[in-house]
Amino acid sequence: MAAITHDAHNHHDSHGHDHHEEGFVSKYIFSYDHKMISKQYLITAVVMGLVAMLLSILFRIQLAWPGESSDFLSFFLGETWAPNGILKENMYLGLVTIHGTIMVFFLLTGGLSGTFSNLLIPLQIGARDMASGFMNMLSYWMFFVSSVIMLASLFIETGPAMSGWTVYPPLSALPQAVEGSGLGMTLWLISMVLFVASSLLGGINYMVTVINLRTKGMKMSRLPLSVWAFFITAVLGLLSFPVLVSAVLLLIMDKALGTSFYLSDIIVNGEMLENHGGSPILYQHLFWFLGHPEVYIVLLPSLGISSEVIATNSRKPIFGYKAMIGSIMAIGFLSFIVWAHHMFVTGMNPFLGSVFVFTTLLIAIPSAVKVFNYLTTLWKGSIIFTPAMTFSIGMVSSFITGGVTGIILADSALDINVHDTYFVVAHFHVVMGLSAVFGMFAGVYHWFPKMFGKMMNTRLGYVHFWITIVGAYGVFLPMHFVGLAGAPRRYYDYSVYNEFDQGAFNLIFDLNKVITVFAIIAALGQLVFLFNFFYSIFRGPKAPQNPWRANSLEWTTPVEHMHGNWPGELPEVHRWSYDYSKPGADEDFIPQTVPLKEGEEEH
Amino acid sequence: MSKLLILIVIILGAVAIALLMRTYELGKKLSNRKEEEISEKDNNLASKLFILFMIAFFGSFIYLMITYGRCLPPAASEHGKAIDWLLDINFIIIITVFFLTNTLLFVFARVYRRKKGVKAYYYPHNNKLEMIWTVVPAVVLAFIIIFGLKTWNDITSASPKEAIHVELFSEQFKWTARYSGDDNVLGGHDYKLTTDQNQLGLVTTATLDSAIRLMEYGTDDGSVLGIKLMEQKLNDKNLMMIPKDREKLETDLDRKTRLLRLLYQMKGRHDASKDKFAYDDVIETDTLHLIVNKNYEMTFRAKDVIHSAYFPHFRVQMNTVPGLTTRFKFKPVYTTAEMRKIKKDDNFNYVLMCNKICGSAHYKMKMMVVVQTQEEFDTWMKTKKTFGSTFLVQEKGTDTSSDPLTSGKPIEVADTIVLINK
Repeated sequence: MAAITHDAHNHHDSHGHDHHEEGFVSKYIFSYDHKMISKQYLITAVVMGLVAMLLSILFRIQLAWPGESSDFLSFFLGETWAPNGILKENMYLGLVTIHGTIMVFFLLTGGLSGTFSNLLIPLQIGARDMASGFMNMLSYWMFFVSSVIMLASLFIETGPAMSGWTVYPPLSALPQAVEGSGLGMTLWLISMVLFVASSLLGGINYMVTVINLRTKGMKMSRLPLSVWAFFITAVLGLLSFPVLVSAVLLLIMDKALGTSFYLSDIIVNGEMLENHGGSPILYQHLFWFLGHPEVYIVLLPSLGISSEVIATNSRKPIFGYKAMIGSIMAIGFLSFIVWAHHMFVTGMNPFLGSVFVFTTLLIAIPSAVKVFNYLTTLWKGSIIFTPAMTFSIGMVSSFITGGVTGIILADSALDINVHDTYFVVAHFHVVMGLSAVFGMFAGVYHWFPKMFGKMMNTRLGYVHFWITIVGAYGVFLPMHFVGLAGAPRRYYDYSVYNEFDQGAFNLIFDLNKVITVFAIIAALGQLVFLFNFFYSIFRGPKAPQNPWRANSLEWTTPVEHMHGNWPGELPEVHRWSYDYSKPGADEDFIPQTVPLKEGEEEH
Repeated sequence: MSKLLILIVIILGAVAIALLMRTYELGKKLSNRKEEEISEKDNNLASKLFILFMIAFFGSFIYLMITYGRCLPPAASEHGKAIDWLLDINFIIIITVFFLTNTLLFVFARVYRRKKGVKAYYYPHNNKLEMIWTVVPAVVLAFIIIFGLKTWNDITSASPKEAIHVELFSEQFKWTARYSGDDNVLGGHDYKLTTDQNQLGLVTTATLDSAIRLMEYGTDDGSVLGIKLMEQKLNDKNLMMIPKDREKLETDLDRKTRLLRLLYQMKGRHDASKDKFAYDDVIETDTLHLIVNKNYEMTFRAKDVIHSAYFPHFRVQMNTVPGLTTRFKFKPVYTTAEMRKIKKDDNFNYVLMCNKICGSAHYKMKMMVVVQTQEEFDTWMKTKKTFGSTFLVQEKGTDTSSDPLTSGKPIEVADTIVLINK
């Protein structure tokens, strides 16, 4: 099949002059072209990310100024959900839930894998397109429909899902327990099933493309680390997302058909339910069997992107290429056997807990290797601070900061007192909200010229970076201390502390104000990005073919997008993509298409 | 009006930015600046800003650590001390790593910025170096794992025999404590026996009868319909019901009939000699009273959804799961009065909070905890009534004979009262 597409493309290209103009629909909407699909993913994810960011500002206002009337809240939520500008308790939970869901799945999974795997896999391995353009299109449109359903759930009468982004039953299964578990939850579940279908279609495509469609000379050991990261990410997604579907399916059955997979011995709102023998813990096992690999599905593409950006802009080969691949694979493998570290205090057998402590802490080793390899890549480099590079350095910093607190949380004995507190929230936001997002921004700034043929404004990029890193650390650094003070997450306010510990109450109250102010600053900083992004699409200066003087194959394609990526023959690859500042070369970079000189050794 | 104003401000702002960009564009065309070429000035500034950022970052971290690092008072339980010690060790390790690697990162960013005439050093790999930073973290982690698991195993091991059994029962949005009484054995429970008089669903001969009666005959005031009345209603040809109501009544009836069958089965298997374990239990809804320096075996149950029993000051947390009994053992070491002295806060109290999202009032679900000396506790306990005495008095007070449906079927409580008086 792949070969046939190949030939068709070659044929098509050789008659490039007389090919017909594409219609608007097939070019921009139901496009089969990986470059267009990647742009569709990116813009959808950016919109979803904006919504989720707005939701977070809404509930941060409640946390900083609890019970105070706010015009901002009443503007967005109206009388139903914020009567007199005061947020309703139920909607607070709804906002928290949808914020988390959108950020993790729609921005970081769809936005990172969807955008960059689609754009870079064919371009960096030298393929005309994805193995199946049709499946790729299907994948995007399922993602789109799932996004729409998720957003729609914000507007229904009983409100969106309100049981946290992990939607643990029985809370999520019983509309009697919280109103969001009615229609809102049903929409959440439908949206997630579509989302998973979308990412499976995408993932299969990425894997097949990487395995089958590499151009001549592109050995696996010459692939850029970004492609390695996307490849392993696709494998993780393929193995773990179906488990989420099964978890969700059983939950749907419990909700709609009266089965008892997760429900047992429940009396809710005075009604005695018959369900017996189910286990809420089963859901947690299934959910986290996806949920933990999901963290790496989010993180690995960011690490891959940063590897590319850091090597290119340090003008040095990435240090320890093989060790980097090894780390990606080790992280990918280990991510499947650590899920229950989310469940140390759920009543799971403590011995099982100890096994998971061991496996979880092992992940720190490949992670440390990655960090040290990044540092050594910077060492004795000739660093050019493009906006992408500043974001990549920010990415490494937050990967360290978020990584080390993971060691505390992975230690079951220490987890007892910080489990489900703001310490956890701070930890995973530093890893996902900073690291993964920084990686994503680095990718957008770096490959914007490839995506749109235009350059983004560098100085606005700097402004965006500094506001973002200061704002984001300003939010999440203090949040660790709120957690260490013992403040539980998902609390509408902390007024209960008034009754037993005034000191702690004051601390939480003060820090919450600081956090909200920084959150608002960081959010406003994103407007700079948005402006830069959309402005540059239309009015940015035209991009040169290889603006960052990089080695990898995507920079050998013409600036103007075309079907099949390369006019004429596909390029042949003769070396890895990291020959920067190689002694004996005339320039400080040697594109992968340049044959080895006589007597030159490959890395 | 204010919304309109906001809108106008936003539009004007956008226009202003567009104009600014236009001037910027023109200026850039004149100066011939290209976006892909980072000027020496910009590059230098960025690298300086990284150093500045590092200083501010570390500074604010140290400030936060000093000001807010020790908000929780020292652990008020025996195992909590071990956790705190372990936490300190871990924090020392990770803060060292945090400072070391972040410093290297930002300093490298400054030192190795692009300089004219300096070429980057081609350095693709070094197996020895890579070995070092694989092995060193592995060794450090081995220590962390060993210490961590040792503490974890101590915390989760079985309670000593003399440990006092207390049960915490959770529901939206309150906690209830159950003390095991003089025999230190908690009575059995089954959710199907839950009634207004038996909120925790304890299993005794009398509670079984009472639950069966409620299922069959409902409450006297008609707020809960019994099976008999439901059947009567459904069979009443003179009664008009809209189909939806009838359907609901039919489903309810089916459900109750099945539950009733289970109740009769339970009754058939019931061993009355175990009633005494439940009857001497003491139920407390207001404050959890604990005795200092005693081992406690806490068990946890949930009525509706998952909750989590979180005692931050004792370093205790365990989820409460519907359909499952979970446990945690601990030993308080400071009385409330002692902790108030340590905290220098006369209003301080220990607390039990809910720490698993459980619905709209999740954030209000808490229970005060008081740690007392044995004498203080005994004085307090004397004021409490056992489950047996309160339940049976309430049951006796219910005059069932006035209800035409239940007349002739009074429950037999005489035997159990004898048992209590014993």
